[in-house]
Amino acid sequence: MSNEVSVRLRVNGEEAALMVPPYKTLLEVLREDLGLTGTKHGCELGECSTCGVLVDGLPFLSCLAMPLDLEGREITTIEGLATGTQTHPLQVAFAELGAAQCGYCTPAMLLTAKALLDHDPEPSRDAIKEALSGVLCRCTGYAKIFEAVELAASRGGDPVV
Amino acid sequence: MVVGQSLVKPDAYAKVSGQTKFADDLALPRMLFGRLLRSPLPHARILNVDTSRAKALPGVLAVLTGEDLPIKFGILPVSQDEEALAGEKVRYVGDPIAAVAATDEWIADEALSLIDVQFKELPRYMSIEESLSATEEAIHGKNNVHKAVALEFNDTAEAMAAAEYAREDLVFFEGNTHLPMEQHAALAQYSHDGKLTLWTSSQTPHYVHRALGKVLEFPMSRIRVIATPNGGGFGGKSDIFSHELVAAKLAIRTGRPVKITLTREEVFYAHRGRHPVLMKVRTGFRRDGAITAMQFQTFLDGGAYGSYGVASTYYTGALQTATYAIPRYRFEGVRLFTNKPPCGPKRGHGTPQPRFALETHLDKVAEDLGIDPVDLRLKNLSTPESRTVNWLRITSCGLRECIEKVVLESDFRERRKSMPPGRGLGFAVSSYLTGAGTAIYWNDMPHSEVQLKLDRNGGVALLCGAIDIGQGSDHILAAIVAEVLGIQLEDIQLTTADTDLTPIDLGSYSSRVTFMAGNAAKAAAEKARAKLFAAAAKALECDVEDLVARGRQIFRRDRPSEAMPFVQAIRLAEADDGVVTATGSYTPPKLAGPYKGSGVGPSPAYSFSAAVVEVDVDVKTGEVRVPEVWVAHDIGRAINPMLVVGQVEGSIYMALGEALMEEQGFRLGLHKFPSLLDYKSPTALETPIMHTYLIETIDPEGPFGAKEAGQGPLLPVIPAVANAVYNAVGVRIDEVPITPDKVLKAMSEKSRRVGPKAAPSFEFPPLVRADVPDEWKGR
Repeated sequence: MSNEVSVRLRVNGEEAALMVPPYKTLLEVLREDLGLTGTKHGCELGECSTCGVLVDGLPFLSCLAMPLDLEGREITTIEGLATGTQTHPLQVAFAELGAAQCGYCTPAMLLTAKALLDHDPEPSRDAIKEALSGVLCRCTGYAKIFEAVELAASRGGDPVV
Repeated sequence: MVVGQSLVKPDAYAKVSGQTKFADDLALPRMLFGRLLRSPLPHARILNVDTSRAKALPGVLAVLTGEDLPIKFGILPVSQDEEALAGEKVRYVGDPIAAVAATDEWIADEALSLIDVQFKELPRYMSIEESLSATEEAIHGKNNVHKAVALEFNDTAEAMAAAEYAREDLVFFEGNTHLPMEQHAALAQYSHDGKLTLWTSSQTPHYVHRALGKVLEFPMSRIRVIATPNGGGFGGKSDIFSHELVAAKLAIRTGRPVKITLTREEVFYAHRGRHPVLMKVRTGFRRDGAITAMQFQTFLDGGAYGSYGVASTYYTGALQTATYAIPRYRFEGVRLFTNKPPCGPKRGHGTPQPRFALETHLDKVAEDLGIDPVDLRLKNLSTPESRTVNWLRITSCGLRECIEKVVLESDFRERRKSMPPGRGLGFAVSSYLTGAGTAIYWNDMPHSEVQLKLDRNGGVALLCGAIDIGQGSDHILAAIVAEVLGIQLEDIQLTTADTDLTPIDLGSYSSRVTFMAGNAAKAAAEKARAKLFAAAAKALECDVEDLVARGRQIFRRDRPSEAMPFVQAIRLAEADDGVVTATGSYTPPKLAGPYKGSGVGPSPAYSFSAAVVEVDVDVKTGEVRVPEVWVAHDIGRAINPMLVVGQVEGSIYMALGEALMEEQGFRLGLHKFPSLLDYKSPTALETPIMHTYLIETIDPEGPFGAKEAGQGPLLPVIPAVANAVYNAVGVRIDEVPITPDKVLKAMSEKSRRVGPKAAPSFEFPPLVRADVPDEWKGR
């Protein structure tokens, strides 16, 4: 289509060159153009954080982000959390403690928790609550999520990329 | 050992790595995007729908209106009152009228704006009172009464007249919604060989399959429904939805795959959530606190369509008797149509509202009679192996242990008398079904079926119609089969909820999967094990009774050194008799009493819960915070304790949301909060300290003794909050949610109460008497 623009994104350490309509959000480009459906959506209005990814290591709502603004930035999705077959300590802790029930908020919850641990490797319970308070979960009552973040922290997160 | 262990569930790593494919994650080549045009008016006659401009838009491949899908449907056979696209009338803001399929979502949205609909507005009925007092055109039929029921079990009037003490209370429970994080989505594909496939985020693929056959007039043998893992359900994905039928029709019409994903706003319109219910409870007692009779009335605001509403209506009266031995009981209920999104089943289906009424009522009674609220409950408890006055069969019952546990751990009896200012403790109990004892459509076939195929390389394929909605049903099925066959979870490959491949499971609703699909899995695994034992016994030259399966080995009990690997037994059995398969089925016992409406309430087993909630009320703002909650739950047997605790914690969370903030409000016919920002739900910051205690009573009919956990633990928490608020600041908020404005208002009122003042006048039908047989009395 004539109204498409060229975008270069760096996602999970890989360069992607795309032609997309300029009004497509990062959420849509990740899911529809790059096939990274691990990033979910709950409202597409910036209210639930289900679409959360990391941009330069910080939580970012992909449903409100425009790809053109993010050229040259480092985008991390849930698909990029593991290193090869090596799952991130947060992923292991979430699995072991049952912190993912339906699993729909889990990608955003994990990435948000990773941003926390990268900046505060031994967070208090209050710091965890504060950091995760923007990501809504309807299944768990959050308790097992807090415990999983603490377990991952106690095992040592991986260093900041 | 697998059963009883807190193991990592089979789908956990897919979920933490983003690999789980939810419905909207699916995409097919040449896929079109479908969108629904929804009514902007709460009640109106459709005069004309002009789709010509939409059809002419480049990129639009099909436009549907009501006449394309004229056959009515509904989840219950008695309530076939819905249309995929409204034909003559719209009945709530959000009622679907037309649909488009286009090459992208933007074109589809533009096409919707090009459809011209002409309406004649009708008067709207937005509450129980407005619906009952309607003088103009009703929403359906002649009046707005959807269902009215009146049952009596033994003469309550006589006992009420003779009661040493009686009390009547009136309370209201506002409606709220499930709010799953995943919006509903469905993808349909119609292939040139005439087969239709629908992937859908549904808790009930079997019922969707049946509805597709009916509405599309298509043989069910050519329809395949695959339920995708649900990104949360809570009852909100257990109905038949317009977008599922429309996606299928659009795929047939265009010959291309069509996906419809609801926006968050549309999820609020799809709804099927908690009914607003106005309740009047009147109970007679002896001076010592023993209940002599109860009369319970409910008025349900049903929204615009039937949905599960007939069942919901009965459920508002069914389980009061499961927690307390009530010797005489009258229940009258009426469900009204209103011009709101249809209500249906949400976690606890029809029972959290009466539980709120009953447990706050008993708290007031305890104070009136000068009895400790715990002692009042203990005085009236139902007992294991008993029958209730409304014909329910109770088997295992750990309610007393649940009560004792939370009272002890929270130090309820002492602490509630000496709480600091603004702090309070509240207590309540509850019971819930472990699966509805009757199917939605009457039939004699099993409710759950499982098929196993044992691979000659040691793997076990497990096929079952059950769908995991986050509750962990995949784990339960795999754990039970692994336990029986003496293998590990990772030896089992699950295929679930695919109507082409998997035998029936009626769905992930009514807390039925662990018990029913679990029993079917157990039966299948036992049959498979018998085949392996027969082959092994021949080789080991012993009797099958001597054999044990454990640790991927089959060995002789008396001589454990004589063993063969599990895989070797499969090979011997396969050599003997071909492919090693086994099936198992579960049909609940027929427990319904001999009266109309008796199909709602019976269950093969009941779970029991008790809760203590601590609140901290800010007397300046009226805000109620919950620092700590104690819940004990009679789970029968925990197949995976970690998953059970997860269900209890999730229930506490959802209950606190309902108790304190979640509500569906409407203004001028419009939903006031159809977004995640405006519809308030608890965040991580509101999470209390949660103490969960699992009480194991080993149910005689549950798989390994297991009962339900997904819904029951929600029930006592809401009234416990209300009772705690009273303990804290001495006001009765007889209306859920308990928002700060109500607390402040009650504190300034002489009555120290906020709540409904009168029940509407309504003439219930004549009472149907269904006294229990003499031989049950006193049991």
